[in-house]
Amino acid sequence: MLNTFLKPEHDKLGASFTEFGGWEMPVRYGSDIDEHHSVRNSCGLFDISHMAEIRVTGQAEEFLDYALISKLSEIENGRAKYSMICDDQGGIIDDLIVYRLDDDEFMIVANAGNQHQVVEALKNRLENFPDTKVVDESGLWSLIAMQGPKTKEILGRLVDVDLTVLKYYSIATAVLDGKDVFLARTGYTGEDGFEIFVEGDPSGVWQLLLSQDGVSPCGLACRDTLRLEAGMPLYGHELNRDLTPFAANLGKVIRFDKPNFVGKDALEKQKHPKQRLFGLQGDGRRAARADYEIFLPGESDSIGIVTSGVLSPTLQVPIALALLNADAGLEIGSEVEADVRGTRIFYKVVELPFYKRGR
Amino acid sequence: MANPENLKYTKEHEWILIEDDIATVGITKYAADALGEIVYVDLPKVGSVAAHMKICGEIESTKSVGELYAPMDGEITEVNGALDQAPDQVNQDPFGDGWLIKIRYTSLPDLLSSTEYDALVGE
Repeated sequence: MLNTFLKPEHDKLGASFTEFGGWEMPVRYGSDIDEHHSVRNSCGLFDISHMAEIRVTGQAEEFLDYALISKLSEIENGRAKYSMICDDQGGIIDDLIVYRLDDDEFMIVANAGNQHQVVEALKNRLENFPDTKVVDESGLWSLIAMQGPKTKEILGRLVDVDLTVLKYYSIATAVLDGKDVFLARTGYTGEDGFEIFVEGDPSGVWQLLLSQDGVSPCGLACRDTLRLEAGMPLYGHELNRDLTPFAANLGKVIRFDKPNFVGKDALEKQKHPKQRLFGLQGDGRRAARADYEIFLPGESDSIGIVTSGVLSPTLQVPIALALLNADAGLEIGSEVEADVRGTRIFYKVVELPFYKRGR
Repeated sequence: MANPENLKYTKEHEWILIEDDIATVGITKYAADALGEIVYVDLPKVGSVAAHMKICGEIESTKSVGELYAPMDGEITEVNGALDQAPDQVNQDPFGDGWLIKIRYTSLPDLLSSTEYDALVGE
């Protein structure tokens, strides 16, 4: 298993670890629920150095317009876009954040478990772009996410740039703890926050950030409950090679007005998938988990499965994302049942996200 | 936290306190830590029958679901109702306020000593 530079810091903090995407990552330092609330109410610090960073240079905007489903050519320097890379059948290889660093330079952040598939797929698409380079820089970059309502104020005191002018889904260079870093106003928690790209060992940056009042170290357990409350998909649960963006309610990410991109023909034929993701909310304290089956009330034929489910720490009710038959007649407010280890539990279909931060 | 010497243990990471014909059962600190923060505990009804190695309850954390096995034959005489409102007591005080059930046992199987359990979990 791979370790990030911050493993000794996690050990010092008494972290428990889990395997994730081939990496040994902190799952929690103490209570994952306390860590969850610290992000909702103050500021949480995550080591997400397992994520993959891929730099694309040269004829980069034309190349990415062809290789990915979004229109990257229309974003300005210093801005970011949520996108996906699909195969030629329209199946999702990975979901990505793409940052435009310069006219001819982009940085892609991909999921750790999909690093090699994404790099390989990008390189295979280079044929008609001789002046474009795809470089896997995952080994070069450490990534720290700082998330929560107090992040801007806390981080703002430590960097040489004015964070109030760095818009949501933007990226800028800055100096932090004497190091040149990228600061991106992105995240995966449903809160305002920043992701900090540090070259090499980020231990000094980590220690500096953690020494600030109101900052707690947070593990992957709460990262998962936070993103689920925010209705964000996780590759391997809500997204996979057998699903298209339409199944994940993310059809709007696709730009069919582009002349050509990998997967275009296949995706145009799959605008109405057999199954798609729904948000479900229950009551009580028992939560349906991934792979539990969902039924219409009283029926015995399953209409799909839960892809992620948990007792929401913020809302204090069970929530789930579920991949359900599109022809089951479900709408907001519809009742369904989850089979929780032999007991039927009521859920109803709700709007996503489950949680939206106040402004 | 060390595993208390006055308790007996099972390979399923339960501890048992024997007092006369009543066994108090909980899960060990090791098991509670492995589960993560516990958010829901489903315990058997008082008066129901406990059968050795049969599932008699569930312990859910944010990340996973653990099953509670009855460590012996007998009758459930009491359950820790406080856990309905404060399931995280299992994390906070696994060998004390986080106890789960009491069983009036009819027979006792072989149980592990604290030394044997320490060895099992590598402490």
